[in-house]
Order: sequence, then C-alpha cells, then structure tokens
Amino acid sequence: MMLIPCPFCGPRNEDEFTCWSEAIPRPGDPSSLSDAQWVDFVYNHRNPKGPAREQWWHARGCRRWILVERDTRTHEVLSASAAAP
Amino acid sequence: MSGALSRRLPAGGDIDRSRRLRFRFNRVDLEGHPGDTLASALLANGVRMVARSFKYHRPRGIVTAGAEEPNAIVQLGGDDDEPNARATTLELRDGMQARSVNCWPGLHFDLGALNDRLAGLLAAGFYYKTFIGPPGDWNLYGPVLRRMAGLGTAPRRRGERTCEKRFHHCDVLVAGAGPTGLSAALAAARSGARVLVVDDGPVPGGMLRESAVEIDGMSGKEWAKQAAAELDASPRVTLLKRSSVVGCYDHNLFSVVERSPPLSFVDERLWKVRARRAVLATGASERPLVFADNDRPGVMTASAALAYIGRYAVRPGARAVAVTNNSSTYAIVRALVDAGLEVAAFVDARPQPPPALAREIESRGVEVVAGSAVLRALGARGVRAAEVASLARPRERRRIACDLVLCSGGWDPRVHLHSQSGARPRYQPRLACFVPGESTLPQRSAGAANGAFALRDCLREGWEAGVEACRDLGFGTPTAEVPQCSDEAPLEIEAHWESPVPAARCKAFVDLQNDVTSEDLRQSVVEGFRSVEHVKRYTTAGMGTDQGKLGNANVIGVLSRALSCEPGEVGTTTYRPPYVPISFDTIAGRERGELVLPARRTALTDWIENAGAVMFEAGAGYRRPLYFPKAGEDMAAAVAREALACRTSAGIYDGSPLGKFELRGTGAVTFLERIHANRWGDLAVGRGRFGWMLREDGRLLDDAVTFRLGEERYLMFVGTGAALHVEAHLERLLQLEWPGLPVFLTVVTSQWTNICVCGPRAREVLGSAGVEDDLDTSALPFLTMREMRVAGVPALVARAGYTGELSFEVNVRARDGLAVWKALLRAGEPLGLTLVGSEASMVMRCEKGFVSAGFEGDGIVNPCDAGYGWAVDMSKEDFIGRRSLARDAKVGGIRPKVVGLLPEDATFVPPDGSPLVESGAPIDSPPVIGYVSQACHSPNVGRAIALAVLDDGRRRIGERIEVAAIGRRAAALVTRPCFVDAAGTRMRD
Repeated sequence: MMLIPCPFCGPRNEDEFTCWSEAIPRPGDPSSLSDAQWVDFVYNHRNPKGPAREQWWHARGCRRWILVERDTRTHEVLSASAAAP
Repeated sequence: MSGALSRRLPAGGDIDRSRRLRFRFNRVDLEGHPGDTLASALLANGVRMVARSFKYHRPRGIVTAGAEEPNAIVQLGGDDDEPNARATTLELRDGMQARSVNCWPGLHFDLGALNDRLAGLLAAGFYYKTFIGPPGDWNLYGPVLRRMAGLGTAPRRRGERTCEKRFHHCDVLVAGAGPTGLSAALAAARSGARVLVVDDGPVPGGMLRESAVEIDGMSGKEWAKQAAAELDASPRVTLLKRSSVVGCYDHNLFSVVERSPPLSFVDERLWKVRARRAVLATGASERPLVFADNDRPGVMTASAALAYIGRYAVRPGARAVAVTNNSSTYAIVRALVDAGLEVAAFVDARPQPPPALAREIESRGVEVVAGSAVLRALGARGVRAAEVASLARPRERRRIACDLVLCSGGWDPRVHLHSQSGARPRYQPRLACFVPGESTLPQRSAGAANGAFALRDCLREGWEAGVEACRDLGFGTPTAEVPQCSDEAPLEIEAHWESPVPAARCKAFVDLQNDVTSEDLRQSVVEGFRSVEHVKRYTTAGMGTDQGKLGNANVIGVLSRALSCEPGEVGTTTYRPPYVPISFDTIAGRERGELVLPARRTALTDWIENAGAVMFEAGAGYRRPLYFPKAGEDMAAAVAREALACRTSAGIYDGSPLGKFELRGTGAVTFLERIHANRWGDLAVGRGRFGWMLREDGRLLDDAVTFRLGEERYLMFVGTGAALHVEAHLERLLQLEWPGLPVFLTVVTSQWTNICVCGPRAREVLGSAGVEDDLDTSALPFLTMREMRVAGVPALVARAGYTGELSFEVNVRARDGLAVWKALLRAGEPLGLTLVGSEASMVMRCEKGFVSAGFEGDGIVNPCDAGYGWAVDMSKEDFIGRRSLARDAKVGGIRPKVVGLLPEDATFVPPDGSPLVESGAPIDSPPVIGYVSQACHSPNVGRAIALAVLDDGRRRIGERIEVAAIGRRAAALVTRPCFVDAAGTRMRD
C-alpha cells in the first residue's frame, strides 16, 4: 500500500486513488497526426521500468487529478504535484 | 503416557505452579500450569507423539518451541473451534480441547499410515503424474484424497469471534522484543521517538527467557523484564505482546496481528501500521539436520529443548544425543546438562570442534564425538536410539540409546519481513545461511535477524539501529550507552546439509509438514527441474501452513548439492505475507454482512424493500429492486407483468441511482461538444439531447441525456454503473487536458430523487397527482424539461426515459422524494400504475434495442457499429474519439454490428454471451462470427428475442445464423435491433 503525498490532502493511502495512465498530454490537433502517430498516443505507452510520470485521481479524497512521479521498480514516489494551476 | 507432570522439573520456569489448568488432548484429560504452551504441557505430561504427517501419516512429535513448528499442528475444539493451531505458540487455557490432525480414526491407529508403506508410489509430483485422467474422475478420488491429506477442519461457528482493525502511525516500529529488539526500542524511546514494539510471546525477552547470560550486571531475564517495564511505562511507546508482525508492504506499511488484546472486548486485532522507520529484530530460527528418519518423535532442535527447560521447566526427554555442525550448540548443551538432562553423546560434524568448548562439555562427563553425525533415528513412535557414525567411515555405525535427539544445523535469520519488502536475501557462506540483502525501504535488520548471532552483537546492532532511525528522523541521541554483556565467540559453522542415508528405504525429511524428503528433491532435479521456485511447486516443499520456516534452508542446501552449485546460486523462494497464518475473522474484522460493501440507498429504497421487492446489488453499490412479485408469482411472471404494464397502461420506477452531473460555466457548451460525438451548440434552453461519450479509442464510454437548464447551466444524466468512470473521465479532461476551460462539474446524483412514470397512461398519472401544467406533446415535447409542481412540491419534469414509451422523469429534491413517490402511486392506482424493477427495464431496453455500453460496449464496437451513426457528427473539428473513428473508417474491413435475433424456437432464450456461428458450421471449433449480448423473453412480442453483436451484421438482416449455446445449437433469424414500435412514435408523440 503506497503512501501518496496528495498536494491538497497530504500523505494518503493508495486505495484512495485511481491510477489512470502515463501522463501523456492529448495532442492539440489530432487530425494533423498520422494514423501511426495517433495509434502510438492511444495504445503504445512506454511503460518504463524506473521513474514514470503518471496521472492519479484522488477519487476518495479531494477528487483532484494529480501528477505522480513513481519508480515502477520500487514504488518509490519521487514527487506528486497538482496538475492544474 | 506416563504419570501426570512427570517430566516437570521441581523448580524454575515462567510458570505459575500454584494453579493448575485442565485440558484435553485426543480425549485424554491432562493438566498444566499458567505460563505453559500446549506443547510444553504435552511434553510435561510425557506426550511425545502429537500428530500424523500430511502425506505418509508418520507419527510426529514436537520439534520447536516457536512459530516455525511444522508438526505440532492441532485442531482446537469446544469454544475455540479453530483449525491448524500451533501447539508451540498456543498458550494453555483452562478447558482447552485439542486433537491431532491427519489421522483417522485415531492418532495411534491410523489407516492412512499405510501410505508410509506405499511411499514408492507417492514420490515427488505424485499428484501431477497420477491424477491426469478425465476431469470427471476427480469426483471419485477427490473426496478421499481431501480426507487423507487435509489438515484441520474449517470452523463451523460464524461470527462469534470479535475482531477489529486499527490504524497506527509511529516513528519507529520494532519487530521482535528479544535482546536486539529491546535494545533498539530502548534507544529509540530514550531519543524521544514514538515507538511501537511488537513481540509474539506473552513475555518479552526472546532467547533471554531461557539463556544463562548477564546484561548490565543482571541476569538476561531480569534485564528483559526491566527493559519491558521501562517501555511499558513510557507514554510514547506501545508494547504489544502476543502479537506478530505478519506483513511488510510498500512504503513501510506493516500488518500486525494482536491476539487477545488486553482491556478490550476483542479476540484479535489487526493493526495497519505506517512506520517512518522500522527495525527488524525478528531473530533467527534454528535449522534441524537432515538424516534418515529425522522425523521421529523426540527429534528436536537444541534450542527448543533449552526453551522447554528454561521457560517451562519441562524436560523434553530422559536421555539425549546432541548433534551439531556449529558452535552455538555447546552453550545450549552445557545449560541442558546443568539443568539435569542426561546427554549420552555430543556429536559434532566438524572434524575439529573448538577445543575450549569441547572441554567444557567433556568436563561434564559428556562424550564429544567429532567428525561424526547422526545417520538415523530409531524407533517408530518415538526415538529409542540414534545411529552415529564418523562421516569418514559412515558404514561403521554405532547405536546409542536415547529418547531425544537434539540437533542444530545452524541458524536462519528470519528474513521474511525484509524479503516481503522486495529485497532479496543473500547467502553468507561464513555463516552458512541467508542474511538480509539491500533494503529498499526505510528499515534495517539487526541482531540475529541480520546474521549477528552473538548476544553482544545483538545488543549493539539493535541499539545502533534504534539510534540511527531516530537520527534520520531528527530526534536527539540517547544519553545512555549500549547494554553490555560478557564476551562471546562469534558463530563458527561448517555447512552440513545432509547425513549419508544408511539404507535406501529410509526417508530423510527436509520439509516435515509437507512430508518432502531429500530424495524427492533429487528426483525433481533428475526430472529436469532447476529453479528453486519450480522445485518448490513440484515437490510442495515449503508450501504448508508453516510455509517452510524450518525446512527451507535445508531444501536450498540439499538442492545446491544436487545441482552442484552454491546455495547462494539456488537462492530463496519468494517470501509472502503473512508470516504466521491469520484467520479470515481477523482479516474481515467488522466488515461482515452488510458492512462488506455498504449499499447505497436512495430516498425510496426503504419503501421499496418494505413493498416486498426482490433486491439485488446493482451498479455503483446501489441496492435496487429486481422485480416486485405478487403473491404466488415467480420471477418470470412478475417481470412479464411489469414489462407488459409499461406498454399497455403505466409503470413507475426509481431512477435515482442514475448518475447526475451539473455543468456550469461559459465553457460548458464547448465542453459538451468535445466530450460527445454529436453536436450541442444548437441546443435551446429547456431542451435535452441524447449523446454518446466515447473513449479516446473511439469506443463506447457511456450514453448521456443532457438538458440545458439555463444559458450556461446543464444537467447531465448518465448510467448508474458508469457514473464514477464518467466522472473520472470528465474531471480528468477538465483538470488535466483543458484546465483553461471555464466549466464547473458538480456531482448531484444523490441530491435528486428521479422517479420515472412511463406508459400510455403516464400523462393521466401525473395529471391525477396534481400537475396542472400542460403535459401535452405540443407543450412538453420529447426531450424537454420544465420546472413544475408535482404533488405540491417543485420538480424538474422531463420527457425522457429508457422504455421507449411515453415517459416522464420527475426529478425532485431528495427530501421530497418519498412523498412524491407515494402521491404518484396513489394517483396511479386506479389507472393500473405498476411498480417496475430493473429486470423489466432490461427486458424493455432489449425490446427497443437501446444499446448499452455495459452490454454491447465490448471495446470493439464503435457508435456507428452500434447503429448510432446519426449521433456522430464527423464534421465537428474534434471530439474525444473522433480521430480513432476516422481511422476506423479508413481501415475499413468487416465491423461488428449490433443486430436483433429471433430464435426459431420462440421459447429458447439463449444465455448472454453465447457465440454466433454460420448455419451448418461444424460442431467442433466453428468460426465465431459474433455473440448474444442480451436475450430475454419479451412479453410484448410474445417470444424470445435477443440483441447481438454480429460481424457485418447489418448486411445480414433477414439471414439465418446459429446460436452456439452450451449444449444446444439453435437457428435464429437476424433482424433489425428493435422489436417494438420501430418508428419510435410512442416515445415521441
């Protein structure tokens, strides 16, 4: 059970959160992308072994989406920040 | 069995001799004292044979004095009713009833013991090799095997034990209160940290409880007592006795089971502890030696014998042979002899035992036999003699009469918690054991758990670990010094994994609980197994309730010899929580029955339950009515009546669980455009619209109906089950992708009670309930919403619904919900208004072919496939999923389409999920061309109908295909996915 330092609520248990995916911003103009580039965005995530930037939703807390930097090997949370200003 | 308390020494031990506890073991009444464990009380009564083994049903005795016990596993009866209790850690209670497991009809006459004679058939992989016949055969031999091989019996009582959970935060967790743990806890407590100390015994001290050592000028036992008293008295320290740290998880979360917590009404308490730092002072367990018939009752670890004498004043035998490969046993045997145990011989596998230590033993009249080992224990129901031979000349065996074989193959640090944290233990050849590796968490192993076995090192490492943890956390350093004790030589050991087996038929056990022999391990290597994980699963070594705590090191050692490599190259298997078995009661705590998943309830749920509805767990945790049976009605009849009423008179149902979101802000319409596949810019105030929300991959997320309440204010209704996903999706977009878009999303699901009145007479029902507004289609067309008064309270009434009939959704404040519901029911009674449950709703959606993301949204079907091309506007610049739909169109190919099916046999309702195949396709492995997404009996059509997803289905309407249901092929006609009112006039006009 990871302890995630929510920037709004402080350190909270992992089970209050939902992990969405790697933090890849949505392309501004999807129609300008080739099919291959689009497929990469939708399906082909990096799934790194090591530090990864992920989007987490504090579903059972403040309901804010936050960006969590996490080492996928050790589950060490390197940082957690508010996504929006 | 000899006379009562005959093996009890006249003095000593931590027992209260003034009181007697009566207990029953295998129908024999016995006595012990407070302070006894069940095991010590059994030994005191001269009971040697306590169990039969798992596979061969061989007689077994007590091997250890702790949690690693593999043999003395008992079934508790009476009020306890608990399987697989360890006699070695179980505190004796008055009236305790225990019996042996793995024997039938009885311990001394056990039919299963025939297995021992059939051992040749029961070698490694026996189950894999033998029971590979047709699956049906398992029904014949399964019950027999289960009876033969099972351990205890599952408890029959339910919920009588009270368990609870507690969350706890501390600066320093100290696991274990032996010399190391006490030293660490003292250092941390004196530094000002909040400390949690957990010890599994009733009395802290660990090995100090039985060892003749001095610390800080007092006996070890007295020092432990004073240390525990200091810790107990400190307001910053919590000292848990009778408790085990059973799990270590991410970010230093530990689970602790506390048995019989003092001053509480709880039987067991599960602590979830977040520790900023942790000191793992879990000690080490003594490893037995592997030799022929090393499982005979009377073979015991040397330290266990000392524990029985020191703690309980019980002499586990009359005459012992001790055998070792290391220096630790000398002090133990010295103490045993001093306590009055006769030791016939002291056998050391090493050719040159340490001379000074050997002299001490010899000076007590005990012969030291060097370079030798016990090759075999004799005596089927208990040791009668040991066969000793020089390892250089193993054929020259010497028989020494004894009833106790005390063995020590070294010490295994309890690295379980350390390993659970994700770290890998490493092999230390100098100590012939696995020691902790690099920890990835803020925790540190210390003392014997870290391979520092000498008392002096334990005290020092514990102290340092406590000081270091506090320094890391910014506390001061303690003023006092490390506890001091007399000097002691470090452990000297030579690995001795197995003694030569004197005869082929002898079994030398590596895992006593699962009856795995060294020969089984070698056999698995011959059969090609190399990885210790594979050998474990093939032979079952290390897989019992003891999880191989005692035997795993020997498994690795014997395996390393068979593979001709170092134990370090074999490596350990993965350690998983819990360290000791814990009961489901404890895991569940108070979360039983309705509290397992507390149901969400609407304002109407109480009323609905009282009305006699059959309830079910619907999406998002809601408890909803499935159907409302009348007297004598079964489910099918009730559902048919309800679905028919909605289409011929009127029905009413509670739609409150629908997800409801209010959207406000100048960006709201832009937001709706971006999240839906259709257009929203032209929606007038007061009007509503249906739309699909897609995922970025163009697949169905959920459909929504959204009404424009004001210029910049919208109310969105989404499916019950999808509400949380939709909320996450929308909030993610608002917060992460489009943070600049001025939209506020508010969840108002439980703020509104939503009552749907549907059917041809729905308008009359509302009229009778005091609605004065014009409900005619000209005034309130389909998909409009107006504020009006219903039954005297303000309501938002919308023309919308999920049945395809004329239908009004009455949204009122939750506090008005029940009153409005009752008023509508009263008004509707003369009009045939019928209560409708979820099952009838699903029948009606099937009749209408309304696609549901929960049924047809399979991750492949896109909105065009689902027949909603009319709700997709590709001329919009962008919306979530648009780019993927464009790609779908470009890639082309055969797409799955949502269609209807009419089974030729009008009574056949195919199970949901049944595959579709071409007519005449082969019976075996036919190509699958689709599946039934939902089927039902339609009371309105008067036959079975189904919705299905079929490859290229739209072009196949009018054709025949087959439903390949389990056990039945049934022809079906492909139709449009709508069976009632295809033009949709009932709903709109």
